[in-house]
Amino acid sequence: MSAHGKHVEDLTHEQTHLPKNSGWRKVPAIGAVLAVAGIGGAFAMKGGQEQQFYFSYVTSLLFWLAIALGGYFFTLVQHASRAGWSIVVRRLAENVMVTLPVLGILALPIFLGIHDLFHWSHEEVVAEDPMLSWKQPYLNTGDFITRGVVYITVWTVVAVLFYGWSLRQDRASDPAPLAHKMRGFAPLGLVLFGLSVTFAAIDWVMSLDPHWFSTIFGVYYFAGIVVSIHAFLAIVVVLLQRAGALRGVVTQEHYHDIGKMMFAFSVFWAYIAYSQYMLYWYASIPEETYWFAYRGHGDWLVLSLLLVFGRFAIPFVLFMSRRWKRRASSLVFWAVWMLVGQYLDMYWLVQPVLAHEHGSDQIHFGLFDVLTFVGIGGAFLAAFGWALGRAPLVPMRDPRLEESLNFENF
Amino acid sequence: MPKRKKIYGLLAEFRNPADLYHACEKVRDAGYAAWDAYTPFPVHGLEQAMGLRRSVVPWIVAIMGFSGAGLGFLMQWWMSAVDYPLIISAKPYNSYPAFVPVTFELGILLGSFGAVFGMFALNRLPQLYHSLFNSDRFAKVTDDGFFIAIEARDPNYDPARTRALLEEAGAVAVEEVED
Repeated sequence: MSAHGKHVEDLTHEQTHLPKNSGWRKVPAIGAVLAVAGIGGAFAMKGGQEQQFYFSYVTSLLFWLAIALGGYFFTLVQHASRAGWSIVVRRLAENVMVTLPVLGILALPIFLGIHDLFHWSHEEVVAEDPMLSWKQPYLNTGDFITRGVVYITVWTVVAVLFYGWSLRQDRASDPAPLAHKMRGFAPLGLVLFGLSVTFAAIDWVMSLDPHWFSTIFGVYYFAGIVVSIHAFLAIVVVLLQRAGALRGVVTQEHYHDIGKMMFAFSVFWAYIAYSQYMLYWYASIPEETYWFAYRGHGDWLVLSLLLVFGRFAIPFVLFMSRRWKRRASSLVFWAVWMLVGQYLDMYWLVQPVLAHEHGSDQIHFGLFDVLTFVGIGGAFLAAFGWALGRAPLVPMRDPRLEESLNFENF
Repeated sequence: MPKRKKIYGLLAEFRNPADLYHACEKVRDAGYAAWDAYTPFPVHGLEQAMGLRRSVVPWIVAIMGFSGAGLGFLMQWWMSAVDYPLIISAKPYNSYPAFVPVTFELGILLGSFGAVFGMFALNRLPQLYHSLFNSDRFAKVTDDGFFIAIEARDPNYDPARTRALLEEAGAVAVEEVED
């Protein structure tokens, strides 16, 4: 009932801070151990299997990077659109965003593995290949590394700036100037986001198979980013509430909105993926269709169909339900489902290239995939857990916090 | 001698959404079935206070949506593979990737028809006459009036006891409405 209003000054310390003895306090340490074990272990074992190591590494990196970039996107979109509903979960997204410097460092091995990952980085191959020669002004080692450093710098700078402003607002006597500042810079940050994500997807994923090209590729990765962040937020919110925080702050009205965004962007993903497929299928030009052709054989066909039904058709029919978005347990179930779909999607983008190079149409899910996933995930969660513990879980002085506390769907 | 007027039921006005909400809980707990609440805007949680069952609209949407998608696919298959087969850019007659957009759109179209017209049917709309418009007071329902109407056909209905219930529930005015 709307008659009982909730007020910011009534929020207790318990509601807005990570509990003292909760398991969440151990996440930074556990994450750090997993990071060292996972990444270190994979690095130590890569001898003789460099290619598989780097392909697994890129797959895992793309998965965790999508969540972190999602935090960036989510935070800035809420500022730019002056959103009210989302303020109670915005700090969580900011904590996700501030993992970007860590993931930026973890992206550097892409440059180390450039010769194992990217065909076009071999001068002698390019010299004999007219198409790659033609693409050389863009696809060459020097520019590739420069661009990569630019993406990582942009993500780091924007994330740290917005995170810092938001924390400063918590202690500000007048929160309005910082609110205006964040709103003012958010559109610029979003433009930088669009450009950096698009080019990063082209450089780091699409150019794995350098003969193929798709103008929609950046948007494809972006769709996964938005699904990932909402799924991750849903899981984190419910787990934090189990631990005793955010109760009565984040309500099923917020669950519902997070669920709606997750649903909408899984449909958006399908729309983008289908548009990409459809145009190549229709035109039927061999230099364009082969990319799908080798994903349509053997084990990869199974994975492709799994994506069509698992990532779109099944959630489209079932997760449309209002009830399933509003209940914590079912929301978390679908959030995990979406993240599994996102991982499979990244796997589907990256790994067939390697199999195809070796004339195989089989999936070899191996130790490198597990170790890099756990390792990069550990580093991500360590940074995220550290951020959770050092500041209130909601932006306490945001002018729209009260609106968000009392938010209701129509 | 004028015909004896038939009574539709009792109409009670409440001061604000909160009063209406709690009155709905009382009417619900008193076991009435043929009654409804009327407000100028959606009041959150009123469906729980009224004890309404879950709507069947989602099932109508599901049936219509699946039929739409199925028929959409069938139509395209029949047109391009059976009735008028043409080879288009060396593709098979039954080129299902090309059928996806129409299949999807027809699923959505019939699903939304199910939602809108199913809702109309369940609400018995459009209705050219409704007894409550016999009450002058009821005109406020589009502005600032919050009402409960309990119909005389309800088995629990009793002019005196029902009126007492509504007054006890906080009604500012209770009146009898002709059918």
